[in-house]
Amino acid sequence: MNKLELISALKNEANISKSEAAKVVQIFFDSMADAMSKGERVEIRGLCSFFVKKYKSYVGRNPKTGDKVIISPKKLPFFKSGKELKDRVDS
Amino acid sequence: MALTKAQIVETVQKEIGLPKKSSTELIEDLLEIIKRTLEAGEDVLISGFGKFCVKQKRARRGRNPATGDDLMLSPRRVLTFKCSGKLRKRINS
Repeated sequence: MNKLELISALKNEANISKSEAAKVVQIFFDSMADAMSKGERVEIRGLCSFFVKKYKSYVGRNPKTGDKVIISPKKLPFFKSGKELKDRVDS
Repeated sequence: MALTKAQIVETVQKEIGLPKKSSTELIEDLLEIIKRTLEAGEDVLISGFGKFCVKQKRARRGRNPATGDDLMLSPRRVLTFKCSGKLRKRINS
């Protein structure tokens, strides 16, 4: 399912216009992206949580050529599935 | 401070101009659709954000880390998230 299909499913489920559904979906994912870009945690009960993990710079290797490469410090979001969703996916 | 559902509902309320009750219901509907889709084994791909993937894990021999006992882990389905390049850039800028 992609974003457009999600919007259309929400429109039908909630009986709202397509533009309203699009706004809700946009607000939902934008709020989470915003929070993470500020380094904040995200906790959506029943669905998932995210936190931003910081990685220091390190020397890595190009697995193909074996050349050393310097990996600069980076931040990546860490995803943790919520309990309800985890149980539902695995049932 | 962590971002929670309550703040998202508040933003929906402000930006769309709906009462709090309907805004809450809209977000709950959205969450339910996402959960239902993943439950059915279908991935959810949000461009500009990332992809929620359902992965099938095979049975494997594991170990109880506390006691060191061998045990079999049954086949199961787990969720993974792959961050989009756009989100990654936004977090790192």
